[in-house]
Amino acid sequence: MKIAISVNSSDLEDKMDMRFGRAKKFMVYDTESKTNELIDNTQNLNAAQGAGIQSAQNVINAGVEAIITGHTGPKAYKLLSESGVKIYHSEEKCVKDIIADFTNGILKEADSADVEGHWI
Amino acid sequence: MIIAVASGKGGTGKTSVSVSLAKAIAELDSKVKLLDCDVEEPNANLLLECSRISETDFSVKIPSLDISCCTGCGKCAAICEFNCIAVVKERAVIFPDLCHSCGGCSLVCPEKCISEIESKTGVITKYSSGKIHLVQGILDIGKAMSPPLIREIKKNTESEIVIIDCPPGTSCPMVTAVSNADYVILVTEPTPFGLHDMTLAVDTLRKMKMNFGVVINRSDSGDDRVENYCRKENIEVIMKIRESIDAARAYSKGIPLYDALPEIKQDFISASKTIMKRAGEKI
Repeated sequence: MKIAISVNSSDLEDKMDMRFGRAKKFMVYDTESKTNELIDNTQNLNAAQGAGIQSAQNVINAGVEAIITGHTGPKAYKLLSESGVKIYHSEEKCVKDIIADFTNGILKEADSADVEGHWI
Repeated sequence: MIIAVASGKGGTGKTSVSVSLAKAIAELDSKVKLLDCDVEEPNANLLLECSRISETDFSVKIPSLDISCCTGCGKCAAICEFNCIAVVKERAVIFPDLCHSCGGCSLVCPEKCISEIESKTGVITKYSSGKIHLVQGILDIGKAMSPPLIREIKKNTESEIVIIDCPPGTSCPMVTAVSNADYVILVTEPTPFGLHDMTLAVDTLRKMKMNFGVVINRSDSGDDRVENYCRKENIEVIMKIRESIDAARAYSKGIPLYDALPEIKQDFISASKTIMKRAGEKI
């Protein structure tokens, strides 16, 4: 299965980006082939609003079945969950350890958004 | 003539100053329209003895999607400047909370499956209080877009003198409320927060090329940094209101500054004359 992790770089030793909507990049990791590719998410960095929605669209259209990030807001959560994408929240760790946590079944699936939306 | 009463920081006394100015101008025998544009927490009606004339719902247009004909082409999402629309799994998903009601999505939809529907976001109430006519907007709980409601209230300008009680801050609601005013009064207090947030408001008004001056509320309660700043920046201090336990006591009973302190009436009347003079001058 393909999972997306919010990241700052392609370095597996680098810490994840805790933000979902304004993550710079997503690492799409394939748990079967154990390969990864990066998708750009910088279109959202300067968005006044709606960054979570656009990030969710980005990863859904990349064909992932799950995402791992630090926090998700209500709109991103709604779009992801209604599109059948599972959401996992992780502590701030390096990407390699997060992948290990996921494959070992340590991460728990989130049952709601854990941060409020932001308004301008 | 439109006079806007704004502030960077909240709680500095915008409504107290707005209501007192309206009363002073009414005393000068003018009809005054007081527009309470602080739609997230309007309270001018609490400081005026007034009777309610009318109450009307306010709605904005938001898109409604007929999913049966959506092909997921993405044209609606592409035109939306506000990121309200996502296209996933070959269908559009609309988040109307973020919508600014531009109507672009329904115009570009090739399948004509987006229509615009009315969505109530607030209430506009009109009150009468002698020569003062108050128009108040109140945004419904949970709604985030106040500028359309503020713009609707600002259509009520059929009076010689219009005073706008603005929302605090320097973001879209404040900019919407002060725009087109002939003069803006920034109400501040002589504290570090008061000064800091006032400088943000000054920067905003200068960028908008607005004509403005400052009222220092509770002027003897802090330090002289606000006054020094105004002197350095060549900003006129229109009025200083001293701190007073009597004013606070009156405010807690819904009595405005103007009626709370006997000596302040004359100060507000002369301040209103200065303000009207400045509002008539071009920058």
